[in-house]
Amino acid sequence: MITKTSPEIGGMGHSIKRKEDSRFIQGKGNYVDDVHLPGMVYGHMVRSPYAHARLKGINTEKAKALHGVLAVITGEDLAKANLAWMPTLFFDKQMVLATGKVLFQAQEVAFVVAEDQYTAADAAELVEVDYEELPVLVDPHKATDPDAPILREDREEKSNHIFHWEVGDKAATDKAFQNAPVKATVHAISQRCHPAPLETCGCVADFNKATEKLTIYLTSQAPHAHRTLFSIVGGIPEQNIRVISPDIGGGFGNKVPIYPGYVCAVVASLTLGLPVKWIETRSENLQSTGFARDYHMTAELAATSDGRIQALRVKTLADHGAFNAAAQPTKFPAGLFSVCTGSYDFPAAFCEVDGVYTNKAPGGIAYRCSFRITEAAYLIERAVDVLASQLKIDPAEFRRKNFIQPDQFPYKTPLGWTYDSGNYEGALNKALDMIGYNELRQEQAEKRKKGELMGIGISSFTEAVGAGPAHTFDIAGIKMFDSAEIRIHPTGKAICRMGTKSQGQGHETTYAQIVAQELGIPASDVIIEEGDTDTAPYGLGTYASRSTPTSGAATAIAARKIRDKAKKIAAHLLECSDEDLEWETGKFFVKGAPSKSKTIQEIAFAAYTNIPAGLEAGLEAVDYYDPPNLTFPFGTYICVVDIDKGTGEVKVRRFVAVDDCGNVINPMIVQGQIHGGLTEGLAIAFMQLIDYDENGNVQGGSFMDYLIPTAVETPHWETGSTCTPSPHHPFGAKGVGESPNVGSPAAFVNAVVDALSHLGVKHIDMPITPWKVWNVLHEKGVVN
Amino acid sequence: MAKKQSVQLKVNGRNREALVEPRLLLVHFIRDVLGLTGTHVGCDTSNCGACTVILNGKTIKSCTAFAVQADGAELLTVEGLIKDGKLHPLQDGFKQEHGLQCGFCTPGMLMSSYALLEKNANPSEEEIRWGISGNLCRCTGYQNIVKAVQYAANKMAEVKAPEAELAGGVK
Repeated sequence: MITKTSPEIGGMGHSIKRKEDSRFIQGKGNYVDDVHLPGMVYGHMVRSPYAHARLKGINTEKAKALHGVLAVITGEDLAKANLAWMPTLFFDKQMVLATGKVLFQAQEVAFVVAEDQYTAADAAELVEVDYEELPVLVDPHKATDPDAPILREDREEKSNHIFHWEVGDKAATDKAFQNAPVKATVHAISQRCHPAPLETCGCVADFNKATEKLTIYLTSQAPHAHRTLFSIVGGIPEQNIRVISPDIGGGFGNKVPIYPGYVCAVVASLTLGLPVKWIETRSENLQSTGFARDYHMTAELAATSDGRIQALRVKTLADHGAFNAAAQPTKFPAGLFSVCTGSYDFPAAFCEVDGVYTNKAPGGIAYRCSFRITEAAYLIERAVDVLASQLKIDPAEFRRKNFIQPDQFPYKTPLGWTYDSGNYEGALNKALDMIGYNELRQEQAEKRKKGELMGIGISSFTEAVGAGPAHTFDIAGIKMFDSAEIRIHPTGKAICRMGTKSQGQGHETTYAQIVAQELGIPASDVIIEEGDTDTAPYGLGTYASRSTPTSGAATAIAARKIRDKAKKIAAHLLECSDEDLEWETGKFFVKGAPSKSKTIQEIAFAAYTNIPAGLEAGLEAVDYYDPPNLTFPFGTYICVVDIDKGTGEVKVRRFVAVDDCGNVINPMIVQGQIHGGLTEGLAIAFMQLIDYDENGNVQGGSFMDYLIPTAVETPHWETGSTCTPSPHHPFGAKGVGESPNVGSPAAFVNAVVDALSHLGVKHIDMPITPWKVWNVLHEKGVVN
Repeated sequence: MAKKQSVQLKVNGRNREALVEPRLLLVHFIRDVLGLTGTHVGCDTSNCGACTVILNGKTIKSCTAFAVQADGAELLTVEGLIKDGKLHPLQDGFKQEHGLQCGFCTPGMLMSSYALLEKNANPSEEEIRWGISGNLCRCTGYQNIVKAVQYAANKMAEVKAPEAELAGGVK
């Protein structure tokens, strides 16, 4: 149990208003594009119009001759410094600027630097590139055909196949399938989509030739790891690089990788000795930076005739585009996709994934999810619905029958994960109650008689967030711990710095609440700073819902270290033994004599003015926290849809989301995260696809055709919660920011399929556009 | 480069002037020439609304106008919402109702909401959703933005009611 502090202290569980908001509502945020340095110049990227072409030559003369142009950098120029290629975060390499050939449309070909951004764009138009078109590979299913063009001529292995990865007990799984009376199969595509944070990626690289210090203002979710990579790849001593990740306008995984534009801006600044700003346009963002998903999946479930799941078999083809630029731990070619056994208890599973190259933008990154777990949750939640429907068992009842039970935790899954805690039926029951499930089923039956289309979709997902532990998780070899440093000032106020980096999650508020909870210092007296690698302790950054599980834990542990020292100081001040002292929020008092006490503020003052003999001055602590396991938040989402037979339009009538993320720091912020993630899930389910035509031309490369829901399409979300604390986290919390994006796509799709199931529809791939539904209705003869 | 042209306008109540290229977009004028970086750029197709400002009383997407078109105009940006050191009720509402997360869309949302409340002091939820439908948000799911606008509408009505009484008007 967490002791609740007073609202004035504002510890755990208080919906205190966000500290960061004051600057944002006044237009005083400081995003990368707001950084303006004296003498700053601007970069602009020249990109390939072709998806696959030989690079015959680049003529930069006209561009260089334009007034105001300072430099035009090509791949050949970078090759001289051994920087034409850079490593990706996943054992592959990626061209910074093309040499020899281009491999996807919008690939980076040359970088123009000019005195202002308009001149830079003009000059980019003047760069003449001679291309010879090559055969294009778009369909990942054809990547390993004998007649497929070999895309990556730089690799020793002359094949478009990148990896084969398998996990689980194949023999046991196959045997379970042989013996099972019931089998169900679903082919589902988790389509190529893009995180599209409202702020695109960009940087200002500022190399000071006098001090030899390189400062990079960067849209980075992982500033410390990026500093190390810039140092290793660029050969710049790490102490001479300072990465500053200022306010970030949303990340959602898009800002985890290092992109060619960053490298070019750094090279230009090193060359010119001037600050160089490069900010990508929206079209560049959608067309070239880390896409997500593009998993082509088949799931088979084996079950008993009364609906007990016996085994799961998964086969998946992963399209990585031109370079394998997945941003995920190096042990896992398919990330946490093997959490695909979901919330269900069964003995056998086998999962295999093959990755291939195509002439598309490189990726795939983890879009608001823990490394491919969205694909996994979507697949299993779709598959159990298909099986339940086949057995004519209600999908809620089917889930209840197969859930891992509360007394089975910690639960070891057949694919090797150990879930920390859960009460899946509790969340399901709450969601069913909130939405009035039985009444809705009655309404649906009546509507069907009248020929109206209404569906109810359930998703009871399990998430796996908060990477490390360090022995299992890393980025490019750097282990996934995270950190916090707390400094208490003499007047009892505090500044804390973390290795993570908020992109809208509200860290300046929630971390302060953790300090308030642990030390009794009001959250309003605590300043949180992140994102400056010269000042913050090293950390791996914010993604995979890892901030609360890692840096949040580190904050609590560092605060407890401070409390231990504070106890010694209090004993000195109260002239007693520290064993005689007890802690109560904000103060130590003498056991049995509560009036004899010292507040944390009095203790802080003494730490600098009245230091006990034998004790160091000051009141500070650092903690590098390596979690013993992931945390496993979960929940049940239920969606109700009505389908317009005339237009094929799906209207989300209601959506109930019951989430369990253990103990909550700030309920208001958690609810806000749920709203946002559900809206992103809605977009994926109904609107978004980065598609390519047969020539590799990207479709969906701007907000004109890559749709973001507006307030009008977005339904009113109904949220609820249950609380099952993590047994291993210092204050029982689990990550939560990604749960709604991971759990919701299946609820939307299940609802649409449920509305059409009586017509024999078993699956529809996302995005479920009105056109797609309208075609199904025509095929099924519902409308003429 | 075309000859630079003079632009004179009133920005957040203050007279400003500059010589600019005729092709300079209004949003770049606001951000780079005037130094008012609260107005953001989120797309290149006029879809996202992060650059929304109020020009002569009407919202426009400042990425879709030239600076020279604002010559002689009155311009209100997010920086001009605060009056006598006091936040506009909308600004307060966004904070109170958690109507923002990363903050990038917030200035544009505030300006669209401001224009909505100027036209319609007591909008319904549906009217608010349509009123901000030219502004995209990736973080909030809009629900708390709707609440923030309702909060502001209520606060502004509370302020207006006593004023009306003082003036002898009907409550």
